[in-house]
Amino acid sequence: MLKIENLHVYYGGIHALQSISLQVPEGKIISLLGANGAGKSTTLRTIMGIVKPSEGRIEFLGESLVGLKSFQVVMKGIALAPEGRRVFTNLTVTENLALGAYIRSEKAQIREDIEEIYSLFPRLKEREKQSAGTLSGGEQQMLALGRALMSKPKLLMIDEPSLGLAPVLSQGVLSKLKELNQTRGQTILLIEQNARAALSIADYAYILETGIVKLEGPAAELASDDAVRRTYLGIH
Amino acid sequence: MKKISRNHILTFAFLLVFIVLLILAQSFLNPYYKRILNLCAIYSIFAVTFNLVFGYTGQFSLGHAGFAAIGAYISALLTLSPEQKAVNFFLQPILPVLENLQLPFFPTLIISGLGAALVGALIAWPALRLRGDYLAIATLGFSEIIRVLLVNMQRVTNGALGLKGIPGHTNLLWSWGWLIVCLFVTKRLVDSSYGRAMKAVRDDEVAAEALGVNLFKHKMMAFLVSCFFVGVAGGLLANLISTIDPKVFQFFLAYQIVGITVMGGMGSLTGSVIAACLYTIFLEALRPIESQFTIGSLTIPGIPGMRMVLFSIILLLVILFYRKGLMGNSEFTWDGLINFFNKRKKKPTGYSSGGTQS
Repeated sequence: MLKIENLHVYYGGIHALQSISLQVPEGKIISLLGANGAGKSTTLRTIMGIVKPSEGRIEFLGESLVGLKSFQVVMKGIALAPEGRRVFTNLTVTENLALGAYIRSEKAQIREDIEEIYSLFPRLKEREKQSAGTLSGGEQQMLALGRALMSKPKLLMIDEPSLGLAPVLSQGVLSKLKELNQTRGQTILLIEQNARAALSIADYAYILETGIVKLEGPAAELASDDAVRRTYLGIH
Repeated sequence: MKKISRNHILTFAFLLVFIVLLILAQSFLNPYYKRILNLCAIYSIFAVTFNLVFGYTGQFSLGHAGFAAIGAYISALLTLSPEQKAVNFFLQPILPVLENLQLPFFPTLIISGLGAALVGALIAWPALRLRGDYLAIATLGFSEIIRVLLVNMQRVTNGALGLKGIPGHTNLLWSWGWLIVCLFVTKRLVDSSYGRAMKAVRDDEVAAEALGVNLFKHKMMAFLVSCFFVGVAGGLLANLISTIDPKVFQFFLAYQIVGITVMGGMGSLTGSVIAACLYTIFLEALRPIESQFTIGSLTIPGIPGMRMVLFSIILLLVILFYRKGLMGNSEFTWDGLINFFNKRKKKPTGYSSGGTQS
C-alpha cells in the first residue's frame, strides 16, 4: 500500500534520513522502532509532506506523494495521529472529532461515524461536551486516535501513542489498535519507543538507528532475536 | 426546535427595539453623545474583526491601523465634493482621475472595504506564511509603510495636510447597522465548519495540517473578512470625524484595538463589543481629569494624556483579575441570561451565582 524507497532527508546540514526503504502492505500493522533521534518522526513528517525529501520515492497506492501538501496527502487517504497527541484543547471532544472528518463532506455520515467512535471509546462519549484540554492524557490519546480515524483513512499512522502514559494505559491504546486492525482490517503504521509493546501487536517491524534501517523482519522474529533483545528490549 | 425559535424571536425583537432606539437617538440626542455612540460602533467593528483574526484564528496581526487608513482615505476621496477637493489640494493639484469623482455613501463604503481587503490580500500572501511574532512585525511594518505613503502621496492623499470637509454621512444607523452586519457575518463564519477549522489552526497548526486543513486558506479567509470590515469601519470613521490626516492612523490605534479585544475576551464577539463601548465611553468620561482640578489645597495642573495613564491602569487590573477578559471565550446568549435570572429566583438568600453566561 505504502512504499518508500531510498528516502533522504536533510535538516539543514544534518542528514536525518539516509536512504530509508520500507513497505506497508494492506491490512497489516507495521511498526517503526528506534531510539530518540533515529528518524522515526521524520519519516512520518516526510510522508505527510511537512518535510521535503531531497531524494527518494514515496508511493501510496501507486501514486507518488512527494511534493504534495499535507492536506493533499490526507485526501489520498492517510491520517496521522501526531506525537504528543496535539488535540485542540479549546474545542470540545465532539468538535475535535468533527475536525477529523474535515476533508469529508457527507454530514449525516459524519455524525454516524462520531457515534461509532464513541462506541469504540465510551470514555469520550461521557466527555463529549468538555473541552479537550480538560481530558486526562489517556483520554486525549484516545481522542487523537478517534480524530485520526474520522477521516476514514486507508492508512493510519500513529506517532508514539504511549508517550507520557502509564504502562497500563498505553497497553490499552495498543490493544485498541490491534482490535481496529482485526475487526476493520485497518492498515496501521505505528511508531514506538516501547519496542516490546509495539512488537507484541505488529506484524512486521523496522528498527531505525540514526537515519538508517538497522534491522527489519517479522515482529515475532525480531522479538526473539538476541541482538534486538539486548539493545532494544533490555533483556540480557 | 422550540428553544431555537424562542431565541430567534428574542433576537429579532431586540434588533427591532434597538433600531427604533437608534432612530430616536439619531433625531433627539445631542451631537456630542451621538458622536460617542458612533465611535462605540466603529471601535466595536475594529475589535470584532481583530478578534476574528487573533481570537479565533490565532494570527497576531497589527495591521488594523493601516487597513483602517486605506478605508478612510478611499471613502474620503470618494465622498468629498469636487469643490471641497479644490479647497483641500492647494499645494499640489489632485490627480485628474479623482478630481470629479463623487459617489453615494453606500458604494464608497463597499469600495473602502474591498480596497482594504485587496491590499490585505497582497500583504497576507507573504505575511501569513510567517508565524507568531513575525506576522506581528510584518503587519506592523506594513501599517507604517501605509502611513508614510499617506504622507508622501501628496497628489492623492494631500500628504500631511490631510483631508478636510468630508461630508459626514455617518450617522448612528450607518455605524450600528454595519456593526450588526459585521457581527452577523463573523458569527456565521466562526460557527461554520470554516470557523471550526480556524479554531483548530489557532489551537495547533501542526495537528490541523495533519487533518487536512489548508492552513493558508483559512488564515487568508479570516484575514480578508477582517480587512473588509476594517476598511468599512475606516470609511465610517472618516465620514464621522470629517477631517482625516495620517496621524489618525498611527500605531496607537492598533494597540488600542488589541487592548480592547483583550479586555473583552479573546474569542468572544459580544465581549469585544462590550469592551469597545466601555472603552470609548470611559475615555470620554475621563476627560475632566485632564483639566486642572483641586484636591484640598493641592492644585493639579491639567496634564494631557492623563486618561491614557488611567486607562492603562484599568487594563492592567482587568488582565490581573480577569485573566481571560470580561467575557472569556464565551458569548452573551439568551439562554445564559434566562438561566442567570432563574438561578437568582431559586436562590433568594442572595448567594451570588455568577459566571453563568455561556
